[in-house]
Amino acid sequence: MKIWKLLALVAVICVGVTALTSSAGLAAGQGKTKGVTLVWWHNANQGAGLQLWKNVASEFQKKHPGVTVKVVPFQNEALKTKIPISLQSSSPPDVFQEWGGGQLVDQVKAHKVANLTKYVKSWIKNIGGSAAGWQVNGQQYGIPYNVGVVGFWYNKDLFAKAGISSPPTTWPDFLSDVAKLKTAGIAPIAIGGKDKWPDAFYWDYLAVKLCSKTVIQQSAVSYNFTNPCWLQAGNYVQQLLDAKPFNEGFLATPAQQGATSSAGLVANGKAAMELQGHWNPGVMQPLTPDNKIPAFLGWFPFPNVPGSKALPGSLLGGGDGFACSIKAPEPTCAQFLAYIDSMSVQRRIGSTNFGLPVLKGSESSVKDPNLKAVLASRSSSPFVQLYLDIAYSAAIGQALDDAVANEFAGQATPQQVLTQITDAAKQK
Amino acid sequence: MATVSSATTGRALARPAVARPRRKWIEIALFVAPAIALYVMFLIVPVVQAVHYSFYSWTGLGPLSNFIGLHNYREAFGDRFFRQAMEHNAILAGLSIGLQLPLALGVALLLNRPLRGRRIFRLIFFAPYVLSEAVTAVLFLQILQPGGLVDAALRSVGLGGLVQLWLADLRLVFYTLFVVITWKYIGFAIILLLAGLQGVPSELHEAAAMDGASSWETLRYVTIPLLGPTIRIWVFLSVIGSIQLFDLVWIMTLGGPAGASSTMATYMVDQGVNSYRIGYATAVATILFGLCFVISMLYQVFVLRRDSGTGTARMAG
Repeated sequence: MKIWKLLALVAVICVGVTALTSSAGLAAGQGKTKGVTLVWWHNANQGAGLQLWKNVASEFQKKHPGVTVKVVPFQNEALKTKIPISLQSSSPPDVFQEWGGGQLVDQVKAHKVANLTKYVKSWIKNIGGSAAGWQVNGQQYGIPYNVGVVGFWYNKDLFAKAGISSPPTTWPDFLSDVAKLKTAGIAPIAIGGKDKWPDAFYWDYLAVKLCSKTVIQQSAVSYNFTNPCWLQAGNYVQQLLDAKPFNEGFLATPAQQGATSSAGLVANGKAAMELQGHWNPGVMQPLTPDNKIPAFLGWFPFPNVPGSKALPGSLLGGGDGFACSIKAPEPTCAQFLAYIDSMSVQRRIGSTNFGLPVLKGSESSVKDPNLKAVLASRSSSPFVQLYLDIAYSAAIGQALDDAVANEFAGQATPQQVLTQITDAAKQK
Repeated sequence: MATVSSATTGRALARPAVARPRRKWIEIALFVAPAIALYVMFLIVPVVQAVHYSFYSWTGLGPLSNFIGLHNYREAFGDRFFRQAMEHNAILAGLSIGLQLPLALGVALLLNRPLRGRRIFRLIFFAPYVLSEAVTAVLFLQILQPGGLVDAALRSVGLGGLVQLWLADLRLVFYTLFVVITWKYIGFAIILLLAGLQGVPSELHEAAAMDGASSWETLRYVTIPLLGPTIRIWVFLSVIGSIQLFDLVWIMTLGGPAGASSTMATYMVDQGVNSYRIGYATAVATILFGLCFVISMLYQVFVLRRDSGTGTARMAG
């Protein structure tokens, strides 16, 4: 008797499992039959961004009856690992976070991303040069909504204390200000060396300030680093390292976590400046005792290197965008991305300090004086290069971060940095 | 498991003898089928798949089309950062056996004596083992900050000269991590050895004492040989643990600076998740798996076999 009971039990379990999996399959497939559903994966899982995206989804649904937008927020790091896996699966999200550059190239090559060119042709010029980072071979595969530039976030009080009247505009001035801060007993620069990418900002930026626009742009295609300006960038980094400007133990300092991170050190007056992206005030805010962006905080762009081939005012930056997967209902998806770049949404991105809007005419929504300075710098720049580690294919970008971090740790010469990046490019 | 099989025999006795073996096998099959299915689905299949992926250059996107044979393996063994990571794993295993074992044995012998507050001491030594690696890592990350608790403690007793950049100094960071690992895992070794010591019959100590053995001789010729099975099991667990070390290192240093504290596992995640070199990372994973497998097998065959039965039974007790 017992054996039959057992068999029955197994049968019940089997049926149950099948039912569960098939109902999940049903739920996933439903979108195709009833109206149009957009499954939207984004990384604004807290604060102003979370609320804004929720509103945007419901507004879009109201304007387009029959369309359902399913919003799925993720923590940023989790999202980064989830996207490639889901794109490989048979049910990828329709709309997903897209940072452009080499990673987008890889996704396009694998035929995972929808070509939006024909849908956005009429309005894409309204977001100016920002669109370029999300193009592959002249075709628009992703749409940015928030683009910023990297620059120095500094403590005005500490600069004044060291006798620096105005922020440096050239590399020699910058080095002499670093020396002044050191003499005044202030740690000049905080850096999150543990995370490696903050190290790479210096190398990237010096390359942008030393190499011509053509050389920089071609490097992302040819991975050819023979132009002497690349080696020069590494030498300038070495020059900075030799001045020992960084916080104590910077090789183990994280960029963003806790009061002893590089952002925390600047926010709490323990270091005078940090080279970081436009998101830095948002990172600093929760790291201060009173949960406020410090009043002493100022911003200045990376200093120019006099006599170089680069256009003065060239900048390093990047931002956030969205792309549609190959399985998405293309016209609706493109309409949705157009809505995110509409004046109403773009102005709210600026006014809530969620990011720096890309649409021409929405700039005035940004009220914070520092973010205004970032925006002004971005708008007037002749050339904004995407962070090199993002612009390059993932493996090569990571090799760049690793190699520069090795130089920071005294484990690689400027020449070895180039060799390491070139070797990674050869593996590809 | 024991109760299940005895219940089966009990019932089977009342039935005709002919049906017994077949029915028994069906029942066994039904009971183990779910476990085997899970084991195959989540262990065997992924391992086989990983080995398969490791022959390709693959970013995780698109089809597996770029077959490159053993190239990933050649690259791994040729990469100085991977060799450095392997070296770290080996040093860690060596240090565990060379330093943790004598330390744990000493503490266990102390705690095995009739000592006031013995239970409290046992609790204190065992407590860190209960913490997760992530919690331990975050805790020590704070303690080892420049100007953190360790630095402040050293300065307050006039040893300020010993203050170091515990996690940022390339020569030091790996040994700093070793101290943290020891702090966390020594309690486990002590508990194992204490359990082993309980199994050393007191008659043997008495006999040794009557024969005029000194306490050192008793330790050397009676206690330690009888602790053999326990020590051998601990060495095994410790070596495998050293090879697989990941969480603590990843949270505290990400394997840095410049790979100075990397392990094979941190190297693998770096290549797979951060560089999207899934094919290469699975080759590293396969090497890691192969290494653990071979070490386990050899250890089983040449070392643990002599402890068959009694040794492991005592361990479990």
